[in-house]
Amino acid sequence: MGSFEKKLEVFWRIFWEQGGYNSVLEGLQNTLIIAVSGLLIGIVIGTLIATVRTMPKYKTLPKVLNSICGFYVNVFRGTPMVVQLLIFYYVLLPLMEVKLTGVQVSLLVFGLNSGAYISEIMRSGIQAVDLGQMEAGRAVGLPFSVSMIKIIIPQAIKNILPTMGNEFITLIKETSVVSFVGATDLYVAFSYIGSNSYEFMVPYIVMALIYIVLVLVISMFIKLMERSLKKSDRSS
Amino acid sequence: MIEVVNLCKSFGDNKVLDNISTTIKKGEKVVIIGPSGSGKSTFLRCLNCMEDPTSGSIIFNGTDIADQKVDINIHRRKIGMVFQQFNLFNNKTVIENIMLAPVYVGNKMRKETKLSKKEIKAKAREEALALLKRIGLEDKADVYPSTLSGGQKQRVAIVRALAMNPEVILFDEPTSALDPEMVGEVLDVMRDLADSGMTMVIVTHEMGFAREVGTRLFFIDEGKILEDRNPKEFFEDPHSDRAKEFLSKVL
Ligand SMILES: Nc1ncnc2c1ncn2[C@@H]1O[C@H](COP(=O)(O)OP(=O)(O)OP(=O)(O)O)[C@@H](O)[C@H]1O
Ligand SMILES: [Mg+2]
Repeated sequence: MGSFEKKLEVFWRIFWEQGGYNSVLEGLQNTLIIAVSGLLIGIVIGTLIATVRTMPKYKTLPKVLNSICGFYVNVFRGTPMVVQLLIFYYVLLPLMEVKLTGVQVSLLVFGLNSGAYISEIMRSGIQAVDLGQMEAGRAVGLPFSVSMIKIIIPQAIKNILPTMGNEFITLIKETSVVSFVGATDLYVAFSYIGSNSYEFMVPYIVMALIYIVLVLVISMFIKLMERSLKKSDRSS
Repeated sequence: MIEVVNLCKSFGDNKVLDNISTTIKKGEKVVIIGPSGSGKSTFLRCLNCMEDPTSGSIIFNGTDIADQKVDINIHRRKIGMVFQQFNLFNNKTVIENIMLAPVYVGNKMRKETKLSKKEIKAKAREEALALLKRIGLEDKADVYPSTLSGGQKQRVAIVRALAMNPEVILFDEPTSALDPEMVGEVLDVMRDLADSGMTMVIVTHEMGFAREVGTRLFFIDEGKILEDRNPKEFFEDPHSDRAKEFLSKVL
């Protein structure tokens, strides 16, 4: 046990006295930025795609849009996130001569990727809303898009809130691959501490703990949100 | 006001409406009865193009609204609709349900009316409250539909349709989903509406109400208007065998 105490001591020295916490904070910040903006971009893209995919399809334009969206969803759900990151960072962006940092590429790819997943979640959420809601909107003369935005999507979001929470947690955990394109995340920060002390046991334990705490806090928030939404349904 | 010309509607191979032509005039209260599956709802839903006719025209105030090039939303605002299942917006309070379409249209017309968004909302709210008062539900303005009884929901749905100042209101079995003790309160609101001169088209199973309020009756069977009569005369002396058979079952 004495050796473990020594390891703790070494970790503390590098983490605290030599400023290792700075890169941990940066890693934590990047993890959150990538996951949160990935989720927000994903919600926008996912909602648009889900709307297209639930549109009535007897005209040509919705049919074409629907095929495009179907292709997009299949591509992003059919390949690993790491592959998407690498392709964007080393192939697509250089080809288009766009220069982005690792973090910027990551949040772009996370957004596009979660857009594909969220579109499927959102689609089931929309389909769970009673058809009569759309009919009533159209019957008072609201266009399809307005009925969607004001009536259907708010109810769909409520339906899928628990699943969205899971998607966010997945995103948080998946950020551990952004080091592939040179972004500093928790994994990079703790590996740095580890390699400076030739001792990886404590850094990786602490890293795991941070992930666990993050996920627990988020789960708690989701529970609170669900509860307050349920309340607005019944009372007042 | 609404002229139906050679209206046909099929779902796949199933021919539901078979070449219907008729004209509904201002102020008429048309009640529609007929056996289940005869096409009553489909006919009603074609009148505001909730179902697109397979062929034929729906001329509303001189415009063929079945034409795909027409902006149907503008015309639907003048054709209210009340559903069997109420279909109040679950995510909106009672007053928001009523205000949603008027505020949307008000904001769209801002260039012409020069009103601020605030004024539009205030005006819509005032009118919505007046409508709620008319049905005795002003104290329910800020609750969500899930807390209302069926009868209350349907009365709100009726004033939601009224909020757009429609020229005609379509009702599809407005009391069929209600507990018996709530049917009366909804029929009372509809009776008031009829007395106020509103043009109404009502699919219903309430034969007493049809006879009392209707100024005209369609008996629909197998996608055709078999009888187009004065309701009182129809109930006393149905002409077709199908109508006699139908009445013997429901009366
Ligand atoms: N959206 C639809 N798709 C396919 N078939 C439909 C659709 N809507 C109605 N139908 C069919 O059209 C026929 C007429 O239906 P409609 O709802 O107009 O009858 P109805 O007279 O209103 O009957 P009820 O008294 O039971 O309400 C039925 O055979 C029904 O199955
Ligand atoms: Mg029906």
